[in-house]
Amino acid sequence: MLDIKNLKASIAGKSILKGISLHVKPGEIHAIMGPNGSGKSTLASVLAGREYVDITDGTVSYFGKDLLGMSAEDRAKEGIFLGFQYPIEIPGVSMVNFMKTAVNEKRKHHGMDPLSASDFLKLMREKKELVEIDSKLANRSVNEGFSGGEKKKNEIFQMAMLEPKLAILDETDSGLDIDALRIVANGVNKIKKSDNSFIVITHYQRLLDYIVPDVVHVLYDGRIVKTSGKELALELEAKGYDWIKKEVENDVVA
Amino acid sequence: MNGISEVTEKYLELYRNNIDRIESMSSPYINSFRRAAFEKFRELGIPSKKNEAYRYTNLNLFFDHDYSGYFLPVASDFEKAEAFKCDVEDLDTHGLVLLNGFYPTISGKLHQLASGVWIGSLNEAALKFPELIEKHYGKYAKSDSDGLVHLNTAMASDGVFVYVPENVKLSKPVQVVNLVQADEDTFNQHRNLIIVEKGAEFSIIVCDHTLSPKKFLTNAVTEVYVGENAHFDILRVQNEHNAACKMTHTFIHQEKNSVTSSNNMTLHGGLIRNSTYHYLGGERAEAYSYGLALSDKWQHIDNYVNVDHASPNCTSNQLFKGVLDEMSTGAFNGRILVRPDAQGTQAYQKNNNILLTDDARMDTKPQLEIYADDVKCSHGATVGQLDENAMFYLQSRGISKREARLMLMFGFAHEVIQNIKIEPLRERMDNLVMQRLRGELSRCASCVVKCG
Repeated sequence: MLDIKNLKASIAGKSILKGISLHVKPGEIHAIMGPNGSGKSTLASVLAGREYVDITDGTVSYFGKDLLGMSAEDRAKEGIFLGFQYPIEIPGVSMVNFMKTAVNEKRKHHGMDPLSASDFLKLMREKKELVEIDSKLANRSVNEGFSGGEKKKNEIFQMAMLEPKLAILDETDSGLDIDALRIVANGVNKIKKSDNSFIVITHYQRLLDYIVPDVVHVLYDGRIVKTSGKELALELEAKGYDWIKKEVENDVVA
Repeated sequence: MNGISEVTEKYLELYRNNIDRIESMSSPYINSFRRAAFEKFRELGIPSKKNEAYRYTNLNLFFDHDYSGYFLPVASDFEKAEAFKCDVEDLDTHGLVLLNGFYPTISGKLHQLASGVWIGSLNEAALKFPELIEKHYGKYAKSDSDGLVHLNTAMASDGVFVYVPENVKLSKPVQVVNLVQADEDTFNQHRNLIIVEKGAEFSIIVCDHTLSPKKFLTNAVTEVYVGENAHFDILRVQNEHNAACKMTHTFIHQEKNSVTSSNNMTLHGGLIRNSTYHYLGGERAEAYSYGLALSDKWQHIDNYVNVDHASPNCTSNQLFKGVLDEMSTGAFNGRILVRPDAQGTQAYQKNNNILLTDDARMDTKPQLEIYADDVKCSHGATVGQLDENAMFYLQSRGISKREARLMLMFGFAHEVIQNIKIEPLRERMDNLVMQRLRGELSRCASCVVKCG
C-alpha cells in the first residue's frame, strides 16, 4: 500500500532524510527505531503532509497514487492517520464537534451521507470503550488540560474513530506509564485488522512487547541502516545504538 | 472661546437648538443636571485621538457629520417598534423595546412584575419614584476625561429604568431591544438606570439593531447600582449595520460582596465603542468583564475597560477577544486601578486577538496603576494569526483548511461565549458567531436592512 523510494527531505535548508526506501504491505506492522535526531519524526511529518518539510528527491506512492501531491486533509480522508508525538491543545473546540466534523468529512469524501446525531454518539461510545478513554474527556475541548497519558489515549481514540488504512504512530509511547502504555497498545491491537497497516515509531523496545511488529527498521542519520525481524528490537534494547553507529561509520570508511 | 473643535461646536449647537424641547418632555430632576453637564462637555469636547482613552479610535468618521435630526419621538414612530419580535427560540425574557432611545409604549410606561420588580421608562420613573432617582441618577456616570458622558447627561431624556427590590431574585432576564430607525441620518442618546438592591439577583440582555439604511450615531449611558450581596449580569449583543456608530458607557457601581459580569458581544457595526466602568466600592466584591469583537470590511471596534479597586479583597477579571478580517481595525484599552487601601486585590486581564489579513490592525494597551502592596495582578495581550500547529492537527484528521480555520476561530471566540450563563442565549451566540465567521451573517436575521 505504501511505497517510499529514495526519499530525501530537508527543513530550512538542512538535509534530514537522505534517501529512504520503505515498502509496507496491507496488514503489516513496521517499527521504526533509532536514536534522537535520526529523522524519525520528519519521516512521519512527510507522510502526513506537513508543509514545512521540503521534499528534495524521491517518490511516495500510496495505493498507486502520488502521496506527496496530496493535501494533508486528502491523505487523512484516504486513510492515513498520524498519531502525534505532541498532540495539540485546541481550546474552545469540543472533542465531539472535532470528531463529528472529521468523521463526516471523510464520509463525504467517500460519497456517504453524514452520520445522524444518534449514530454518531453511538460510534463515539463504542470507540471510547474500545480504547478505555474516560467518557468525560470527550466532552472537553480538544486535549485542553489533558495529562500526557490522556493526550496519547486521545490519539488512539481518534484513530479508532477514523479507522485508517495506514496509521503512523510517532512516539506514542513517550511519556506513558506502564498502565497507559498497555491501554494504548491494546487499543492498537483491537483496531488492527488483516488489511490495515501501522508504522510505529519508537525509541524503546518496550512498546513492541505489546505491539508485535513484522519488520523493524533502524533509522540513523536520515537513512534506514538496518532492517530485520522483531528480534532486532530486542538486540537494540540490549546493546543500544552505538554498535549500529559503528557499523555505519565502518561502512562509510570501507 | 479657544480650543473648541469644529466637531464639538456642532454638538453645542445641537444642544442649544433642542434643549427647550428636551426639557419640556423630561422630569425636573433629570433636567437639573443638564446645565452643568453641558458646561463640562464644552470643556472636554468630543474626544479626539489626543485623549489617551480614544487614541486608536477616530470618532470624526461619525461625529463630524450633519445629522438631520436629533431624535425626539412622536406617537406614530412607535408602530414598528411595537411589532418587533426577538427570534431567539426558548429564550424566556421580560421584553422591552426602545426606539431610538425612547420607551415606546404610550400608556403604561412603567410596570411592575409579579416579583415586585419595576421596569419601564426612565423618564416616567423620575416622576413616579423621585427618591430612588435622586439617590442614584447621575451618581455613577462620572468622567473627568470623556466629554460624551456629559453630552449624554446634558441631552438624554429617556431610556430603560429597572428597580429590583431587596432580596428579589428575578430568574428570567429582562431583554432590552434597542431599535434604531429613521428616514434620515439621526443622532440618538439614551440613558438607562438599573438599581439592584441588597441581596437581589438580576440579569439584563441588551440587543442593538438598526432598521433603516441611514447613517446613525447613538451615544448611550447606563448607570447600574449593585447593592450588598447582590448579583448582576449584563450582556450586550451588538448587531448594527456598517453605517451605524454606537457609543456605550456603562458604569457599574458595586457594594460589599456583590458579584457582577458584563459581556459585550459585538457581531456587526460600523464603529462601536464600549466603555465599561467597574467600581468595586465594598469589600469582597467581584467583577467579571468580557468582550468578543468580530469585524470585517472597514469596521472598527473599540473596548475600553476601567476597573477601580476602591476596597480591599475584591476580585476582577477581564477577558476580551477579537477576530479581525479584511481592513477592519480594533482597539482594547484595559485600565486597572488599585487604590492604596485595596489590599488583597486580585485583578486579571487578558486580551487576545487574531488578525486574518495583513491589512487588519489591532491596538491593545493595558494600563495598570497599583498603589497597594498586597495585590495579585496579571495582564497579557496577544495579536497574532491562527496557530499553524493547530491548523495542521485538524487537517491531519481530514478537516479542510477552510473548515479548520473556522473551527479555530470559533474555538477562540467560544472562550468568551462560554461565560454566558443563560443557556439558550449561549447556544444562540455560538450559532450567530459561527454564522458570522462563515460570512453568512452580514446582518441580523430580524433586520430588514441589507447593509452587507
